[in-house]
Amino acid sequence: MNTQAEPRAAQITTSVAGSLAGKAGSMVSQVNEVEKIRVKDLNLYYGNDQALKAINLSIPEKKVTAFIGPSGCGKSTLLRCFNRMNDLIDSCRITGEIVLDGQNIFNRGIDVAELRRNVGMVFQKPNPFPKSIYENVAYGLRLQGVNAKGLLDEVVERSLRGAALWDEVKDRLNDNAFGLSGGQQQRLVIARAIAIEPEVILLDEPASALDPISTAKIEELIYELKDQYTIVIVTHNMQQAARVSDYTAFMYMGDLVEFDHTEKLFTKPALKQTEDYITGRYG
Amino acid sequence: MDNLHLDQHISRHFNEELELIKTQMLIMGGKVEEQVGNAVTALLEANPELAQEVIAGEEEIDDLELEIDEACTMLIARRQPAASDLRMVMSVSKMIRDLERIGDEAKKIAKMAIVLSQEGSAPHGYLEIRHIGKGVRSMLKDALDAFARFDVDAAIATLKADEQVDLDYKTALRELITYMMEDPRSISRVMNILWTLRSLERVGDHTKNICEHIVYLVRGEDIRHSNLADL
Repeated sequence: MNTQAEPRAAQITTSVAGSLAGKAGSMVSQVNEVEKIRVKDLNLYYGNDQALKAINLSIPEKKVTAFIGPSGCGKSTLLRCFNRMNDLIDSCRITGEIVLDGQNIFNRGIDVAELRRNVGMVFQKPNPFPKSIYENVAYGLRLQGVNAKGLLDEVVERSLRGAALWDEVKDRLNDNAFGLSGGQQQRLVIARAIAIEPEVILLDEPASALDPISTAKIEELIYELKDQYTIVIVTHNMQQAARVSDYTAFMYMGDLVEFDHTEKLFTKPALKQTEDYITGRYG
Repeated sequence: MDNLHLDQHISRHFNEELELIKTQMLIMGGKVEEQVGNAVTALLEANPELAQEVIAGEEEIDDLELEIDEACTMLIARRQPAASDLRMVMSVSKMIRDLERIGDEAKKIAKMAIVLSQEGSAPHGYLEIRHIGKGVRSMLKDALDAFARFDVDAAIATLKADEQVDLDYKTALRELITYMMEDPRSISRVMNILWTLRSLERVGDHTKNICEHIVYLVRGEDIRHSNLADL
């Protein structure tokens, strides 16, 4: 519990076999990064089923962290914990902590709407609102009561540029967002997410419904966004994780198996279980 | 992770493609080993016919290099290998380059064998060629065995043997220089012996490189340019 004294400890611990990490000193390597999110002994249950088992993890600031693992391993569940999306599921029960900038997001006093403003999320299937392109991006600000045209125009343009979509839509900002292609819709949703200037962006398989060109654009965008945002991405596509992320966490059956620098995890994983998964062997 | 489990992919074709580059590399290694052996024998026994065979055999090695390189490129393009699979492809692609260079050195030795056989037997240096030739041939054999078994310890022991080869080479060099000073008429012939020794010494160096790639392949540690004593 040293987060009070050192809310942003400048150490990210990469670990092997999650729960073992504390004991097996020799298997833990440390790197200097600024910690944005710390997950401490996180357990999550859907009814009687445990979906996450004693997860301990540090997510570094302004880096891309990828979660990989087979279907049902808990990676999306873990991602949804970061902005308390699991609150919406009745049978879901959580123990442990997620500390964001020194504060446990499960604390009673936390304003969940404020948390979600700060921790934006983009889903697998693009979900623009049935509104114009402009209004989609301006939506978050309007919710906050901002209606000044000048400011909205500025934010819409900046966000669309940030999402690498401006040049494609600048002449039809008032068209319905549903008229955009899937890849454009996904970038629009990202523009909507960054319009309200969150600090963390969660991406849940953001490119899995897109063609290779749109995928490449999203990946390029992720690369550019990490200068300003802490990004956490869940992906089934291991090459994608290898391409876009700085850190990778491999999860299996609710356990965090291995967490390390992406280059290390993909060339020299510490555990055979990780190796078997990323090389397509039967474990 | 000493055993790389090349045959346990969900995709059976992937297993086959990886096994293929391993087998082809071993075939190429066997051929190169034979070339070095024959080149040294041709020289020691003044057998120009055998030397000609070595020179002709070079082409087969070049073809194998191209074939394996192509297979490695295709494997990367199609399978996007990761972890030990990636290290396998990368290290094979580098090791075949060293094997091809060893093949070149064998050809140079074979050419020297022809020149020397035309000049009649040389009084000096054959002993050294026999000795160093034996040393590097055994290194090469051990390196290929270490690759076939993914045996890091054997690879490290083999690469350390290169130190002795380098030492023997330097000693031989000094001795041959003495001969040349004593009898300047022998310079041209002794120079040919010297080039041969130089080729054998290079075979040792390339074999050492192969051993370093084996360590990378199995352990993921790049030990090139590191201190021998630390290994």
